[in-house]
Amino acid sequence: MLRGHMPDGASNSPLSRMGAILTGPRPGFVSVLGLAVAGLVLLWLFVNAVQTPELFANVALIGLTNGAVFGLVALGYTLVYGILQLINFAHGDVFALSGLVGFTVLFSVFKVSADAASVMTVLAVLAALAITVPLFATINATIEFVAYRPLRHSPRLAALITAVGVSFIVQNIGLYFYDVRFRSASQLLPRDPVFELGDISYSWNKLIVLLITVPALIALTWFVRNTRQGKAMRAVAQDRDAAAMMGIDVNRTISVTFALAGSLAAIGGMLFLTQFNLRYDTGFELGLIAFTAAVLGGIGNLQGAVLGAMLIGFIQAFNEGLTWLSPGSDWTRSIVFGILIAILVFRPEGLLGERTPEGA
Amino acid sequence: MADLLVADRLRKEFGGLVAVNDVDFTIPERAIVSLIGPNGAGKTTFFNMLTGVYRATSGQILFRDVDVTGKPPHAITELGIGRTFQNIRLFQHMTALENVLVGMHARLKGGIIRSILGTPGVRREERRAHERARELLRFCGLRGRDGEVSRNLAYGDQRRLEVARALATEPLLLLLDEPTAGMNPQETADFTSFVGRLRDERELTILLIEHDMKVVMGVSDRVTVLDYGEKIAEGTPDEVQRDERVIEAYLGRAATA
Repeated sequence: MLRGHMPDGASNSPLSRMGAILTGPRPGFVSVLGLAVAGLVLLWLFVNAVQTPELFANVALIGLTNGAVFGLVALGYTLVYGILQLINFAHGDVFALSGLVGFTVLFSVFKVSADAASVMTVLAVLAALAITVPLFATINATIEFVAYRPLRHSPRLAALITAVGVSFIVQNIGLYFYDVRFRSASQLLPRDPVFELGDISYSWNKLIVLLITVPALIALTWFVRNTRQGKAMRAVAQDRDAAAMMGIDVNRTISVTFALAGSLAAIGGMLFLTQFNLRYDTGFELGLIAFTAAVLGGIGNLQGAVLGAMLIGFIQAFNEGLTWLSPGSDWTRSIVFGILIAILVFRPEGLLGERTPEGA
Repeated sequence: MADLLVADRLRKEFGGLVAVNDVDFTIPERAIVSLIGPNGAGKTTFFNMLTGVYRATSGQILFRDVDVTGKPPHAITELGIGRTFQNIRLFQHMTALENVLVGMHARLKGGIIRSILGTPGVRREERRAHERARELLRFCGLRGRDGEVSRNLAYGDQRRLEVARALATEPLLLLLDEPTAGMNPQETADFTSFVGRLRDERELTILLIEHDMKVVMGVSDRVTVLDYGEKIAEGTPDEVQRDERVIEAYLGRAATA
């Protein structure tokens, strides 16, 4: 209809060509804006790095540690999203509950004394993981079985709302058993420095986080890429019906995915407990941060989730730790969720993602 | 010849619509049977019941004398029914080789624990699976395309890859849902002889949904015609071609007058 009003040959007139320049696609604008912001951030980082190099290095190391913990949780979001296109809002709360249960295992079951870091306490943390990881793998798979599976063929919104509901349930279970107090196991991992370079120091408790996280991430990637189960996960993510026709048990594969996500959350919860304070509602905000990380990297994309989490870890640490012109911790949430909005508006597929969320 | 598959009074209703109306249907072993009929006749619905995608409203399906009615698709695949789809449904982000490997899923044993540990048995199995996958790709005319991401393959090759992937499930019965749709005459002719080879060299039984009558009449041992969910004719290609009800269903009443 609209084309009917245009005189023939208009597309060749100089006027219309000018119009095309003005109204046509403007590939430059968003990227220019993005580059400008990135440039300012880099400049800010550079000035800080020159002014206070030791502080900068210390803060970066903190960001690395935090990013690793975020990454474990972000992977849970991205795994589940990849296979079900469901944003599992309960995931952050499962993470927090796993940390609280980890606290119980450490101090009530193993009766570790809270203020004496030693080889024994490090082993106790690992032993506690051997309990919480399978436990929360089971819990997460059970959540899927009870709350999401019956809605598999309902509109996606139904499962999403249910996920919010499950989030509240898990959070309130945490509140019921652990009240509103913060728990921490921050004295369990030794804080002796691994190395010291002037004022730059890196302590064992941070290194241990990486020593647990990095192998877990490598193992996960390898699992999804190379094993029979991993191939089944990718197949179900890309085409559920066709996967079933290949002899893949779709329900079982989805259970395995939730179990994997729950395991990673349990590792994350334990590590968080050894670094920070944790209580029943910690998972709400941390879950949103991890979700932002997953979206930033490209939801559904495993490497993307880790990259996004590292970036968020650094952003948070730099924002709160640097001195020159840094907005400070009051602004961390605004910045992180501002990034979420910007990503959703300008690059919804994320840094590494494609438009389709199926790549693993 | 023994019957590989027997469908007994198979029925599927969607709300008030009867998509498949009490159809009896048998597939003899190592036969090529075609299922034809106008659009909306219930052919794909019939396929979907055989493969467990839909649950039959009533009736029974026996495959190798085992009742498979209402079994989930993956269990039916394990028993030996493989299929391709009317609209190509490859795992688009995987390579051709990976697609075929996924097809082998049910036939490989490597469980979660054993594949994490990477036991020698699992690794040997993986190696054999890779060899077999490459062999299947060659058989389907996809030599050298192993590493190609499947969505980048040419249309005809995607169809072939779907067959390779279905063969990887080691079916006894292969269901092909309009495999030549969108092919040019040369590709169609090639594919028709390929279907013959599947039966002769792979000892498969084949059920074909097809619109191209040249393909159907050229390759089928038996043809079943559905119209509005009912079986209106069954027999050799010659018999079916002469059947008045078939002509009527395809061309309308005037043609028979």
